[in-house]
Amino acid sequence: MKTPISYFVVLSAVLFAIGSVGVLVRKNALVIFMSVELQLNAVNLALVAFSRLHGNLNGQVLAFFSMVVAAAEVVVGLAIIVNVYRRMHTANVDDASLLRW
Amino acid sequence: MAPDQIVFWVFAPVSVGSAVAMLFQRNAIHAALFLIVNFFTLAVFYLVLGAPFLFAVQIIVYAGAIMVLFLFVIMLLGVDREESLVERLRGQRPLAIVLGLGLAAEIFVTARASLGLARGPANFDETVNVGGNAQALSHVLFRDYFLPFEVTSILLIVAAIAAMVLAQRRERTTVEAAGEAEV
Repeated sequence: MKTPISYFVVLSAVLFAIGSVGVLVRKNALVIFMSVELQLNAVNLALVAFSRLHGNLNGQVLAFFSMVVAAAEVVVGLAIIVNVYRRMHTANVDDASLLRW
Repeated sequence: MAPDQIVFWVFAPVSVGSAVAMLFQRNAIHAALFLIVNFFTLAVFYLVLGAPFLFAVQIIVYAGAIMVLFLFVIMLLGVDREESLVERLRGQRPLAIVLGLGLAAEIFVTARASLGLARGPANFDETVNVGGNAQALSHVLFRDYFLPFEVTSILLIVAAIAAMVLAQRRERTTVEAAGEAEV
């Protein structure tokens, strides 16, 4: 492989930054959740890249675990969003302001 | 140019472009579709980095299961309205973009300083992926990481039960209904 590992790490950093900007900028709860998924994937890419750099498979196993946790997290998170939508009739995070003083 | 370099330079712009497009898409369904494109490009990178098993898992779990779940919820909620552009905090969006650029620049400098142009072992497939990536990964997973693997199974059961409990429509209990009847 001729591509330096740092290229993949920088790409994953860019994706992570885009994801965090998405979390801060967007108002739709579903799109915010998708941005969180983008961040998780960026970290997975970094893990696989480091696995390649160090020449062992621990990073790939960790990425595998992170995928499993992401699947569980998506299930619970989407259930919460559906619940909030039923109660408030909106998926806009600004409207769910019951705890705001 | 080596094949993996060509793959990287073809798919890296697609990956970043689809992520940015997801960010600026005002329709939730279009954002989800761009996210699927991004997941596919990440799967290609896994293939280049010598992780064919994760390539398959990425497509099956992320592009398949998780995004179908997302699209299903979008359909269920009917979130086809475009979101409002009202800012509750003044200057939040420009500040978020500046901070995001700062984060990317910071990790860029760190990666450049610490990794440089290191490439890792050249014969990864012969020395690490012995007998194929899935076999080698299963040796590591079931030998060194067996307890975490079992714990994730508990986590998945808990998540499934939690989703059922959260998503069920709450019927009014008989006590509540009786109390209202008295009033």
